[in-house]
Amino acid sequence: MKHIFLSLGFLVFAMQDLSAATLYVSNEKDNNLSLIDLDSLEVIDTIEVGERPRGITFSKDFSKLYICASDSDSVQVLDVGSKKIITDLPSGEDPEQFALHPNDRHLYISNEEDAIVTIVDTESRTVIAQIDVGVEPEGMAISPDGRWAVNTSETTNMLHWIDTSNYQLVDNTLVDQRPRHVEFTHDGAMLWASSEIGGTVTVVDVSSRKMLHQLSFKIPGVNQDRIQPVGITLTSEGNLAFVALGPANHVAVVDTTSYEVIKYLLVGRRVWHLELDNYDKYLYTSNGVSGDVSVIDVNKLKVIKSIKVGRYPWGLAIKP
Amino acid sequence: MIKPISQRFLIGLLWLMLSIPALAIDIEVLYLRKLIDRPPVLSNILPPPDDSGIRGAELGVLDNNTTGKFLNQSYRLAVFESDSADILIQQANSWINKGRFLILLDMPATDILQLAVSPQVKGQAILFNTSAKDNHLRQNDCQSGLLHTIPSRAMLTDALIQFLVRKRWSDWLLIQAGKTEDQAYADSLKRSSARFGANLIAEKRWSFDTDQRRTAQLEISGFTQVEDYDVTILADEAGDIGEYVLFNTWLPRPVAGTQGLVPLAWHRVIEQWGAAQLQSRFDELAGRWMNSQDYSAWLALRSIGEAVTRAKSFDAKSIYNYLLADEFQLAGFKGRKLSFRRWNGQMRQPIPLVHPRALVTTSPQPGFLHPVSEMDTLGFDKPEVTCRFNTGL
Repeated sequence: MKHIFLSLGFLVFAMQDLSAATLYVSNEKDNNLSLIDLDSLEVIDTIEVGERPRGITFSKDFSKLYICASDSDSVQVLDVGSKKIITDLPSGEDPEQFALHPNDRHLYISNEEDAIVTIVDTESRTVIAQIDVGVEPEGMAISPDGRWAVNTSETTNMLHWIDTSNYQLVDNTLVDQRPRHVEFTHDGAMLWASSEIGGTVTVVDVSSRKMLHQLSFKIPGVNQDRIQPVGITLTSEGNLAFVALGPANHVAVVDTTSYEVIKYLLVGRRVWHLELDNYDKYLYTSNGVSGDVSVIDVNKLKVIKSIKVGRYPWGLAIKP
Repeated sequence: MIKPISQRFLIGLLWLMLSIPALAIDIEVLYLRKLIDRPPVLSNILPPPDDSGIRGAELGVLDNNTTGKFLNQSYRLAVFESDSADILIQQANSWINKGRFLILLDMPATDILQLAVSPQVKGQAILFNTSAKDNHLRQNDCQSGLLHTIPSRAMLTDALIQFLVRKRWSDWLLIQAGKTEDQAYADSLKRSSARFGANLIAEKRWSFDTDQRRTAQLEISGFTQVEDYDVTILADEAGDIGEYVLFNTWLPRPVAGTQGLVPLAWHRVIEQWGAAQLQSRFDELAGRWMNSQDYSAWLALRSIGEAVTRAKSFDAKSIYNYLLADEFQLAGFKGRKLSFRRWNGQMRQPIPLVHPRALVTTSPQPGFLHPVSEMDTLGFDKPEVTCRFNTGL
């Protein structure tokens, strides 16, 4: 009996932990963030930020949220406790997406209009380096060991490999048209890259920086041209990958060992980005055109709710 | 004479020459432009830019060079202008004699044909038509080696009529101005109307030469008194009277065609699918709005860039083969991958329908189906083409 009580106690603790979680959503055309309580699945607050907010990411201790305010030409820092913008970082023009290095200090920022990547030290608030990349840099990811920063360029159609020890561009991998998002596997061995217009996802071997596999998608009743992969996320065990298919309004669920698509889940219109909670229990999608967030139960592979947010929701980040 | 195109480009080029190791490929592209005297038009308040097309080609070169620096490719554009087709052909010949083979053509269809069939050019060069919308270049006068990045009139009018049919605004009144190209546009409208089941209710030719800026309210109103219809469609490419028809028709009807709701290749109001980035790059380079001709020249340069990057080797045959191969795909900020039709060399692409301040819709419209690509519901499909077009040089 005591044993059962103990387990129950643990369960209550775990549930409390879950209920505290909040999903932050950047609304590109409303210049604000919607905050969703992940227990009630309701919007609990809206925070005004700079113009055209897109990529968002938390500092390691979740005390700060970095926001790409593209049309304000800055990366803003939100103090999570007070919900106030405390400072702007020098980000270069038109920052779209970024990634925080595991050192919790260096932000790697895509400057879409200038064809450069800017590296900013968030503590000293200075630009450490700027690196020339292809036309319209977009996606950004840093390998779990911190060695590589990979940037995609939408019109050059390449993955640019930046060595984070000396900030040099060392290699380029050509992929299909309009690469959008890159995501490392949790072991850092592979990199998944989506090509929006090519309609494919390329899986790249990190050690050789060559293509291992290419995935394509097919949804009955949806024109092939509408299948435009953007956001990608992988479960912490790495057994499943989720790929947002843009105007096809579906998320593909991919078995990462066979590279087979297990299921297509219907979500809101023009699905951009994806975020998994820390328990791999729920997956959240930002749906640009319909202006909502879909909630997917990962065990059942079912869409359970859609939550209305602002206009053109884009970036997603969870504070546990 | 060959003119340098812009200071910024030259600086870029110098930088490239300094930074690229010896193995670089030089990709040189010639832009041939026929200088044409445009007759005066009534709606002359907002004149078109005099460097249409050239600025788009320049942006294509800059974009290709940004990519090219990772691949040891360096692109360069030479612009040559003349009012004589013979001199332009001579220039093409000497370009080819120097071992170069990529040429953009900004000239009327008759000059394009003359150049494309001239013995020194035929089979030796890849030509990109970036300006002539003439249907016959795609239907019965197509030429192997000649690709079209500018949409044909048929693609434009198909795009418009699809939208009107989908709206169930199928009954239309045609108003045609007096120039040859207006006749071509009107013919193309009639073809599209028959193709998609719209009904031409009445047609009117504008042949008066009074200044409509002062009298439109009086005259257009009487001129458009016909049996009931849904939409007024204008065939007035130069913009002689079309602008004055809006809000002056007898019946309260929307206006479309060459004015009003206009089908075109490109316009400043297009911002979806990442187009905002292309618009601002162009604006920074040229200090004005990107138009359809700029976009078509940019598409030609970007097609060259893609083919050079992905084809096995850099020669006219390999590049041409790759451009027309199934693998070729180009992202052109229109939400679908663009490619060339293997039966006439036309680039298949969605056609936006815009009014001066907003995008209204993009064709193909939902429900217009095609066994291969819905984009092939716009313009001449394979069975409608009577000329022979080779996918090899």
